[in-house]
Amino acid sequence: MALVPLGFLTLFFAWPVVAIVGLGARAAMLDTLASSDTWQLVGFTLGQAAASTVVAIAAGMPLAFLLARCKLPGRGLVQAIVLVPFVLPAVVVGLAFRGLMPDGGVWSIILANAFFNVAVVARTVGGLWANTDRRAEDAARALGASRLRAFTAVTLPALTPAIGSAAAVVFLFCSTSFGVVLILGGAEYRTLETEIYLRTVQLFDLPGAAALSILQLAAVVAALVIGAVARKRRQAALKLRGRQETARRPVGGEWVVVGIAYGVLVLLLTPIVSLVSQSSVEGFRALSGTGHDNSLEVTGLRAAMNSLSTATDATVLALILGVLSSIALMRLGRSAELVDVAMMLPLGVSAVTVGFGYLITLDALPGDLRTSPLLVPLAQAIVVTPLIIRILLPVLRSIDDRLRQAAGTLGASPLRVWLEVDLPLAGRSLVTAAAFGYVVALGEFGATSFLARPDAPTLPIAIGRLISRPGELNTQMAYAACTLLMVVTIAVAVLIERFRTTVEEF
Amino acid sequence: MLKAVVVAATVLVTASCSLATEQPRPGNAQTVTLVTHDSFAVRKELLDEFQKNSGITVEVRKSGDAGALTNQLVLTKANPIGDIAFGVDSTFASRALNENVFQPYQSPDANKRYQLDDTNRLTAVDIGDVCVNVHTTGLKGVPEPTTFEDLADPKYKDMLVVESPATSSPGLAFLLGTILHFGADGWQDYWTRLKANGVKVVSGWEEAYNQEFSGTGKGTRPLVVSYASSPAATPDTKALLETCYRQIEYAGVLQGAKNPEGARKVLDFLISQQFQAEVPDQMYVYPVREGVALPEAWQKAAPMPTDTEATLPAQEVDRNRENWVNQWRSLVQG
Repeated sequence: MALVPLGFLTLFFAWPVVAIVGLGARAAMLDTLASSDTWQLVGFTLGQAAASTVVAIAAGMPLAFLLARCKLPGRGLVQAIVLVPFVLPAVVVGLAFRGLMPDGGVWSIILANAFFNVAVVARTVGGLWANTDRRAEDAARALGASRLRAFTAVTLPALTPAIGSAAAVVFLFCSTSFGVVLILGGAEYRTLETEIYLRTVQLFDLPGAAALSILQLAAVVAALVIGAVARKRRQAALKLRGRQETARRPVGGEWVVVGIAYGVLVLLLTPIVSLVSQSSVEGFRALSGTGHDNSLEVTGLRAAMNSLSTATDATVLALILGVLSSIALMRLGRSAELVDVAMMLPLGVSAVTVGFGYLITLDALPGDLRTSPLLVPLAQAIVVTPLIIRILLPVLRSIDDRLRQAAGTLGASPLRVWLEVDLPLAGRSLVTAAAFGYVVALGEFGATSFLARPDAPTLPIAIGRLISRPGELNTQMAYAACTLLMVVTIAVAVLIERFRTTVEEF
Repeated sequence: MLKAVVVAATVLVTASCSLATEQPRPGNAQTVTLVTHDSFAVRKELLDEFQKNSGITVEVRKSGDAGALTNQLVLTKANPIGDIAFGVDSTFASRALNENVFQPYQSPDANKRYQLDDTNRLTAVDIGDVCVNVHTTGLKGVPEPTTFEDLADPKYKDMLVVESPATSSPGLAFLLGTILHFGADGWQDYWTRLKANGVKVVSGWEEAYNQEFSGTGKGTRPLVVSYASSPAATPDTKALLETCYRQIEYAGVLQGAKNPEGARKVLDFLISQQFQAEVPDQMYVYPVREGVALPEAWQKAAPMPTDTEATLPAQEVDRNRENWVNQWRSLVQG
């Protein structure tokens, strides 16, 4: 079962990356590795990623609590708003943060990275939290534990797998964040990602880029292995429950957490509002056209449609790969961690490396995929699949295996067991994962900008193009397109939420 | 069984998206794939007309900026992703030529004035000058600067914003302009003075022009490194024509093109009267063809810089680029 996703990964990720790194593997690589400049880069890259991860988790936990455990009006909207940062093109968010903190330096990079990733924490942790049995906590409280103690002794250990999962994803995203670092770091702060781009695209220093890619890969693998080890020690079967049973109106000190969560929400909304306020009626009207002097080859609305259909293809593909991998990972035993790490790698490798790798490998496949429009959803699926695994796997692993064994003993086939036991219990997470994956695919910029054909740009690509050409109309149109992207995201999130409630009632 | 379902579903999904996006092509017509950078633009009607007259459908494939384009061409030279490439500029031309990416073709319409060498592998298509732009009403009574030297004058303290040559192509052009003007040993001193005069460095043109420059309404700095053509789109601004650096963009038929005959016709088209006349409005650059009139708004706001010598030899740029950028980094950001 693991063969399908692994084969896909080999073909569309490992092979291109190995080929392009191999092309640069010459003695000149050693110069780069020996330079102190390089190690400074590594240090800064990992440092800013770690700091961003800490901030994202600190800000995401109260939101996860709010979403998972609280029965409050407007919850669906909160859930949708949290997702919005994820679809915004990094160029635009970078510009928004620059406007808000003109001389923010490193802090603005960390905050912008965290801004993007709070959703990962809220979603991943919230997904598990909503399904953990509340009675263990209640028992601890009844036995005299304080609210804090009940949280640290009972809830937190139960959530650790999800927190570890989220931290790994956030760390990967932050260590490879490109647009944000480029814009907010000026030319002063550089990371491995921006330097790989510079060496590959501008200087054509392939040995240097290969050396940095290997370092990036090594750092990512190290981070993943540490994460996997931490997760393994904490993995335990939990009793899973439906959210209906575990959510209730907050009481007492819980209101403090809820207050913090709303505070985080306001902070998230600040850059969003500053973006929306820059779009204008003319900008929206212009979306039905192609911009000042035809800056776009298709209309803004057409680009939006492209985004929707590409993201759909990518999500379906990623769901198939993600579900297959998750099931396989659960059964693999010892080698599971290895496969797990392998599936996560695409999040930690530069889009430029993969894109240039495609150029020199994919012509060997039938139909010269290098120039095929198919490549966009394929590349997006590679980014989305690990996220689906990260959301689904903690839940699948938490299902008491005795349920499956019982079903098996009663004569159910493996497929039937999955449909009757796993699917109902993990169904909510599956829908969450699909929604999240869809939104990530909608907002994906790095790989898409490399692969999208000019006559079929997605909305983020169109925004990037509009903002890079002069003309007031283009700028207004770009901000209007951002607003449109946010509206679509919120609509998707709300729709999925509806659907999810129906699934639950059923 | 599950595996079979999944495989079938994968096949279905892949098939459905490819069917949805692949356009049917008539059997007898020929196609030429034009590989270019993100700034390429052409009016659709003009392409349609070309298609009607020549029977050639031009398929445009864009990939990044001029640097990304050149490097992709080099990487794929054994099996090129198109038939003709447009957008390799003077900064990257020698890399493309050294790697033998292009095959010789001399178009009858080629303007020999801008010819790179006598191998005829690259044909000039347009000219883009990078110049300091001034927001005339944003200077608050200070007279307009005219030269590179003026920019380091304390009168203009904290007024200039530039792009980093490490990450931006106009930024690199401006650095090359200062190297050309002050010489290989004099530019370092000039940049030290610019730094002391409060020059602000940002990573890309978008930020410099749309956020820091006062001419577009958002920023506070009245001087910015942009293009000679930018004033055509932004009122109350003009280019300082003595601070320009010239970049020429070339096109060439790719070595190993599947349709070299068609590619040559497309190249002729790129330097034809009709295409050249629309180059300013479409791509914000100047035509290379003699006798092509600029649009009216341009003649007033964005005349073509006249200093045709404002450029460094391609080989010299290719050889020293990394070194210059590194020196610049430690000078301005160290």
